[in-house]
Amino acid sequence: MAKGEIVLGCLAPHPPHVVYAENPEQNEPFSEGGWEALRWGYNMLARKLKEVDYDCIVVLTPHWQTYIGNHFLGLERFQNISVDPIFPNLFRFHHDIKVDVELSEAMQRSAEEAGIVSMMMRNPDFRVDYGTIVSCHMMNPDWDKPIVTISSNRSTHYYSDEVMNEQASALGRAVSKAIEESGKKVVLVASHSLSHRHFVTEAPLPEDMSREHIYNHSQYVWDMKVIEMMREGKMKEVIEILPEMIEQTMAEAEGGGLTWMMAAMGMPDYPAEIYGYQSVIGTGNVIAAWDPNSATRALVL
Amino acid sequence: MAESPDIRLGLYVPPHPHPLLAPEQNEGWGRLRDAFDTCRQRIEESGADLIMIYSTTWPSIIGHQIQAHPSPVFTHVDDDFHFLGSMEYEFKMDAEFAECFRDCCEERGLQARTVAYDGFPIDTGSVVALKLLNPDNRIPACIVSSNVYSNRAEQIVLGKACRDAISNLGRKVAVVVVASLSNRMFTEHIEPSEDRIHSAKDDEWNQKILEFFEDGRLEDISQLSRDIQGQIRVSKVVAYKPAWWMAATMGQHNNYEGEVLAYEALHGAGGAVIQLTPSEKGIGDKEFDEDDVEHYHGDRGVLDKGMI
Ligand SMILES: [Fe+2]
Repeated sequence: MAKGEIVLGCLAPHPPHVVYAENPEQNEPFSEGGWEALRWGYNMLARKLKEVDYDCIVVLTPHWQTYIGNHFLGLERFQNISVDPIFPNLFRFHHDIKVDVELSEAMQRSAEEAGIVSMMMRNPDFRVDYGTIVSCHMMNPDWDKPIVTISSNRSTHYYSDEVMNEQASALGRAVSKAIEESGKKVVLVASHSLSHRHFVTEAPLPEDMSREHIYNHSQYVWDMKVIEMMREGKMKEVIEILPEMIEQTMAEAEGGGLTWMMAAMGMPDYPAEIYGYQSVIGTGNVIAAWDPNSATRALVL
Repeated sequence: MAESPDIRLGLYVPPHPHPLLAPEQNEGWGRLRDAFDTCRQRIEESGADLIMIYSTTWPSIIGHQIQAHPSPVFTHVDDDFHFLGSMEYEFKMDAEFAECFRDCCEERGLQARTVAYDGFPIDTGSVVALKLLNPDNRIPACIVSSNVYSNRAEQIVLGKACRDAISNLGRKVAVVVVASLSNRMFTEHIEPSEDRIHSAKDDEWNQKILEFFEDGRLEDISQLSRDIQGQIRVSKVVAYKPAWWMAATMGQHNNYEGEVLAYEALHGAGGAVIQLTPSEKGIGDKEFDEDDVEHYHGDRGVLDKGMI
């Protein structure tokens, strides 16, 4: 069997606003649009993915929060309605998700062998979190590939950002080993924003773009700094300064997604593809991808 | 303002699903379950016609969200403890009260909205509390969220807005706060028989807080909230908010009969079932360090100042 590989890594933020703005048939509310810089970026990334040969999408999401290690989806299908607890006015999404349980179990075993506390989730009534659904829908609106969701361990809160970095890195290495041994081609997704301070009020028409801007300039400066480092292929350095960024911008990377993905990909030293940056209800969001294949890696923006 | 609100009793109960789903697996979880059952009777006997829940496991961002679906139905599964089983629910909500509470919040300067959507994910803590305290839906309920960014002033005003709504509609209310005491859980799997409070320090602080509760010193606990946050709360959120809201909703004093019905570990966290009943015989007020506040003025543009 050929060695499995990670064929693409994507930083894919999940504000439900972008799905709301797309008006897919699965989502109940109707919008007049909005957040085009992000949506068009996602559309471009989705087109690239159509050209990529892959078997499965593996997502680490901060909206499945676990305190007892990392949990892995362990059933083949989840059909339900996902209602966002924070923005229920924007996101009530009917979904039918297929899971690659074989790969999920292999990754969980590998995590356990590496000494990481972990568990399979086998309750059929479990609702897949909206972070997973938003990122996956925007990257693959046809939903024609199986996924695996990995929960976010709350080590930032229980210990520190540095401990989170260590633990998420260990998880990344364990997941990478399992993917290699599986013989599968996998797309990794870190589902989260960069700076993450929200406005606590909402415009009467949420998609009124005359009201949308970053929460404050300090958040913007941090976001731009990190994006510049992504362009320069300095991912080891990004992960190293992440604790400071999290502290100063409440960055959603605190859930471990970016650290996990970069560790699984061996801390890329090549440029990231940047697909778009925009604020959503004050938070800073970039869509970025790391393509290990230099022949298909592109300068997008 | 209408006459003073008719609050029959207050309860402080833990959010974890173990007393609902697995009371037989650990004696302590069983004792918490018994305490919930006792509180169910107490609520019935109190003549309350509304159960008002503040849940620390329902975070919000756009101000304060208030559950207003008249009969939410779903099957809930906890993020961590999914292996203990599913929680099917069908609740009866007091939508009229929810609307009034929202209006009262807005009158005091708070951002608030009701939510009434099929399939809305009611949080673990609220589901556990309502299923155990009100299994037959005999009494309509209301649930309010915990805003992730809110701090003391906002929580105090939220409690006062709740009092306004109770007075305006003349409800007879059982106030329920769903929160742990110390909230550090074990980060590994443990056998049910191995459960204990995570550390001696957490246990000592919990015992001290329980002494205050037993003496009916709710306002004193509210005043100690920041110390409690620093000492025994994992920094998931910026502050230990439930005591602020509970004290503000119940009248900001120390005049209650307090009873600790159970105190046990829940995967390491401090879980207590506590009843406070308004009384003439309380311990009286000590000096209070923190200001009182009637109206919420937001961050008053603090972050805009000093911008270039
Ligand atoms: Fe998020």
